[in-house]
Amino acid sequence: MEKSLNWREFVITRAIKASGYSAIVFVLLIFFFLMREGLPAIGEVEAGNLFSLRWYPIEEMFGILPLISGSIIVTIGAALIAVPFGIGTAVYISEIAPRWMREILKPLVELLGGLPSVVLGFLGILVVSPNLRILLDLPTGLTAFTGSLLLGGIAVPTVVSVAEDALDAVPRAYREGAWALGATKWQTIWRVTLPAAKSGVLTAIMLGVGRAIGETMTVMMVTGNAPVLATRLGSLFSPVRTMTATIAAEMGEVANGSVHYHTLFLIGIILFLISLTVNVLASSVVFRTKKRAERILS
Amino acid sequence: MMKLLARNRHSVQRLGYSLITLMAVVTVLPIVGTVLFILFKGGSAISWEFISGFPHDGMRAGGILPAIIGTLYLTVGTAIFSVPLGIAAAIYLSEYAKDTQLTRLIRLAIINLAGIPSVVYGLFGLGLFVLFLQFGTSILAASLTLSIMTLPVIISTAEEALRSVPQQFRTVSISLGATRWQTIRKIVIKEALPGILTGVILGLERAAGETAPILFTGAAFFLPRLPGSPFDATMALPYHLFVISTQVPEMPIQIQYGTALVLLVFVLTMNVIATIIRSRARAKRQW
Repeated sequence: MEKSLNWREFVITRAIKASGYSAIVFVLLIFFFLMREGLPAIGEVEAGNLFSLRWYPIEEMFGILPLISGSIIVTIGAALIAVPFGIGTAVYISEIAPRWMREILKPLVELLGGLPSVVLGFLGILVVSPNLRILLDLPTGLTAFTGSLLLGGIAVPTVVSVAEDALDAVPRAYREGAWALGATKWQTIWRVTLPAAKSGVLTAIMLGVGRAIGETMTVMMVTGNAPVLATRLGSLFSPVRTMTATIAAEMGEVANGSVHYHTLFLIGIILFLISLTVNVLASSVVFRTKKRAERILS
Repeated sequence: MMKLLARNRHSVQRLGYSLITLMAVVTVLPIVGTVLFILFKGGSAISWEFISGFPHDGMRAGGILPAIIGTLYLTVGTAIFSVPLGIAAAIYLSEYAKDTQLTRLIRLAIINLAGIPSVVYGLFGLGLFVLFLQFGTSILAASLTLSIMTLPVIISTAEEALRSVPQQFRTVSISLGATRWQTIRKIVIKEALPGILTGVILGLERAAGETAPILFTGAAFFLPRLPGSPFDATMALPYHLFVISTQVPEMPIQIQYGTALVLLVFVLTMNVIATIIRSRARAKRQW
């Protein structure tokens, strides 16, 4: 009895430890398989072609610059919406709202995070884009701006929850100190609490932006999917095509192992590297401030 | 002068508060609006035939049963892989792991998994499960892809729940002669169960609503019958909504809103259950 118990415990402990490492294994696997299918594209497509301004795979034109610029312009638009509203909402929830309000707002914002992006895209096509077309007097409502608007909504929950955690983590004594010195609550929020939570808020912004770059379905459904290089601010109000939408729209129709197939995986590698950079940066900010906090407390 | 300044400060505060409150309202109202709008618009499409029937006339009539069943299969399939693995990984991080370089690397990997775009998961699933392991475009390949995507959500919420169990519980159990695993299984997991469950449901909710990861790993445009094995492709609610709102011309608007409604109800139900479990556990907790 005793023996069999020990044996079982040994196996279970091993299994648990192995699962603990699974996250590392999966990140490596993802990287490996993206490279395996995407790297051949670098040999097959000439650099001049790859960095040209035309994405037209049927005629072997694989210029990825329009796709990158499409992703960038949609993401900047989304960040301009998600950052102020996300941080504003986080400040409201953490500093201003009464308790009962907080209990309602937090699940609601979480709900927005859970809404399937395809549902938002669907509403984008049927409701947002026709109204935007009339309101802004555009030839089509399927533009980068429409994408930014919806994408902002998708990034908001990420920004709110991370920023709110950061604000919550600011010790109460900081605020009390400011009040005791005669600062109003507003001055305390603006000059004490927010600066103290700065790195957490920065993390929130980065993760929100990361979420926006990677979003696929909504963007594919509402940005009009025209692979045109976005150069001016006015491009915000014309159709664009992002990297994610290109993969999603075209991967279903290409032959496995073709040049087009490899190039789509290459775009996947770019997206993977962007998200890796954003997340490593974001978490190193968190680690650094944790250390600083420990220094102050010790 | 001082008086004027003081009044000024307070009017700035009032202005600032109004602005922030307005921002919160502008953020939250569209969420409520979206849900109500779809409930309102889709409600009239819902009927027994819509829920229990097959699509016909090029999906322009009939029901969406295969999509509902498909999403159910995918959600269960995702749970089979991601729940045991995710909880085990969380137990490792909360109960066994020490603060080493390796543990930090694991945490970094989890954060990265959470940030990888969903369409990149789709590419990965295509490369590994569909082509390399030759599962084909199938429920199995799609479920595995979704599980890896769900994993970080389950691991981080479950770990948080496990960590919130007070250390004394473990000390007392071990001092009474229980082994470490007995302590984890009978004390720690039992106490943390509501929190773990909340994380699991929120993770699966995400999986149920995703389209991009299943686009090339398991989703079918249209199937005349239900999938018979894990190696068959399947229809799914999110993909079906995408198809009928962008790929099928002259699609009746009623069916589109109805499909969106069913998907929304599916996801919202999971969300509400998770919220209820969490708030009830919080109210009952005595430590």
